[in-house]
Amino acid sequence: MATDVHRTVTDQDAPVQSGAPAAVRVQGLTRSFGGRRVIDDLELTVRPGEFVALLGRSGCGKSTLLKILAGLDREIDGSVLVPRRRATAFQAPRLMPWKKVWRNVLLGLPGRPPRSRAEAALEEVGLAHRSEAWPKTLSGGEAQRASLARALVREPDLLLLDEPFGALDALTRIKAQRLVAELWQRRGCAVLLVTHDVEEAILLADRVLVMDDGVIAHEAPVALDRPRDIADPRFGELRAELLDRLGVEATAPQAA
Amino acid sequence: MSISHAPPDTPDPPTAGLAKSPVAAESSAADPAVGDRGSAAPELERLVSTKARGTRTPRWIRRTSGPLLLLALWQVLSATGTLSPDVLASPGTIATVAGDLVSDGSLTSAMGVSLQRVALGLLFGVVVGTSLALVSGLFRIGEDLVDASVQMLRTVPFVGLIPLFIIWFGIGEAPKIAIITLGVSFPLYLNVYAGIRNVDAQLIEAGQSLGLSRRGLVRHVVLPGALPGAMTGLRFSLGIAWLALVFAEQVNADSGLGFLMVQARDFLRTDVIVVCLIVYAFLGLAADFVVRTLERLLLRWRPTFTGQ
Repeated sequence: MATDVHRTVTDQDAPVQSGAPAAVRVQGLTRSFGGRRVIDDLELTVRPGEFVALLGRSGCGKSTLLKILAGLDREIDGSVLVPRRRATAFQAPRLMPWKKVWRNVLLGLPGRPPRSRAEAALEEVGLAHRSEAWPKTLSGGEAQRASLARALVREPDLLLLDEPFGALDALTRIKAQRLVAELWQRRGCAVLLVTHDVEEAILLADRVLVMDDGVIAHEAPVALDRPRDIADPRFGELRAELLDRLGVEATAPQAA
Repeated sequence: MSISHAPPDTPDPPTAGLAKSPVAAESSAADPAVGDRGSAAPELERLVSTKARGTRTPRWIRRTSGPLLLLALWQVLSATGTLSPDVLASPGTIATVAGDLVSDGSLTSAMGVSLQRVALGLLFGVVVGTSLALVSGLFRIGEDLVDASVQMLRTVPFVGLIPLFIIWFGIGEAPKIAIITLGVSFPLYLNVYAGIRNVDAQLIEAGQSLGLSRRGLVRHVVLPGALPGAMTGLRFSLGIAWLALVFAEQVNADSGLGFLMVQARDFLRTDVIVVCLIVYAFLGLAADFVVRTLERLLLRWRPTFTGQ
């Protein structure tokens, strides 16, 4: 199944294969937990600068895949090629509570980076005024933006986002989604966004993948012009298609 | 199996439904009444601001008023004769005795000797306890080697080791400092170890994703994360250090606060004993102040509940 899908991709988009530049190239990836194959012979290619959204029911292995791509889980079989410069933003901001925001942003950078680098990254996410704050005094949206700044300051070629808007309230989420779209367009890095929000996936991604049974079971290119409008009928069609793939039957008015 | 279960189960939902329906009927019956009351405005309660409360008297005055009241009560009881001077001397007498002890130098030199013992014992104890905790907290092999022995030893009452220590170290300074070291090490070990092991795994993962090395993880994630635990351990340790000092100095000593107390007991001088106890209390207070200051400096990042 996975190989099938992959082949169709390469047929449509020949240069992706082998010699073509790629930000992620995964072949025959398998990860088991106690004999249960959570990821089973998975194939995935992401072009440089491409925004890919990964949808899937909870427990389908999408977060495991992201962890593997981040290099956090190495008990794997198969070949995984990712850029050296990659950064991850998790669902929880995971800021070190004992470091001020700007120190959190610089954490892990080689050498002794100047504070101005952190300030610049925080400026980019609109958080420069909070650089002296302790993480636990930030609001949910602010903390998530700080986490995003910490990822961006590494100037990644691949940005991995693990449901970064999941814990945000609806209004903050809309702002954060716009921010990510903006940053992606400015930076031009490849992004892999793991989410379970179909609308979010269609709003942001060039290509939406649906993961099921440990493989990429379906993929849908999003050929809508940016900025995208939820009210667009093609948006609705795509949403219905993806919801159907996810095992949720879209009701007629929703699809229309 | 499921079929045999089905019959007893099935009656349940209807009964639940039946049980509910009277409630529903009641509420619908009550509805008109609610509607009637709705026309009359509900009674409103004014929520009084607490902003001004407690700002009239400064905090330190309120904090010292408790001990001062206790002191006043003691003075009154002594003055009226309820408290006989043989049982407990009056605060006035104690103040004069304290003055005498300070002016002839015996109290200050005793305090100096005792403070030195506590400081040394504390220093060794902190070094031993923390290093053992680091070894067993950071490395699995360290845990296997160290933890079981420490957990076993800590259940031995350290005061019971005084006779053994006297045999080993003689009657000089060494056994006293050793007892304090022993008492101090265990609470520090336990709390630092627990602090290291309770560091949020998600933060470790975040640190790894940021490219921190093993050393970087320990320095930037594990150790700061273990700091609250270490502070708790230090508090316990300080308390135990004073306790161990009293024991060590009362068993065999020719100097120090404990020695002063033993001597006073032989001469039935309750006033001197009370002076020593007060000195202990103030030293404990000072130690607590040191830890509080350390906590304020090192744990600034932690928003805590400060009471109302």
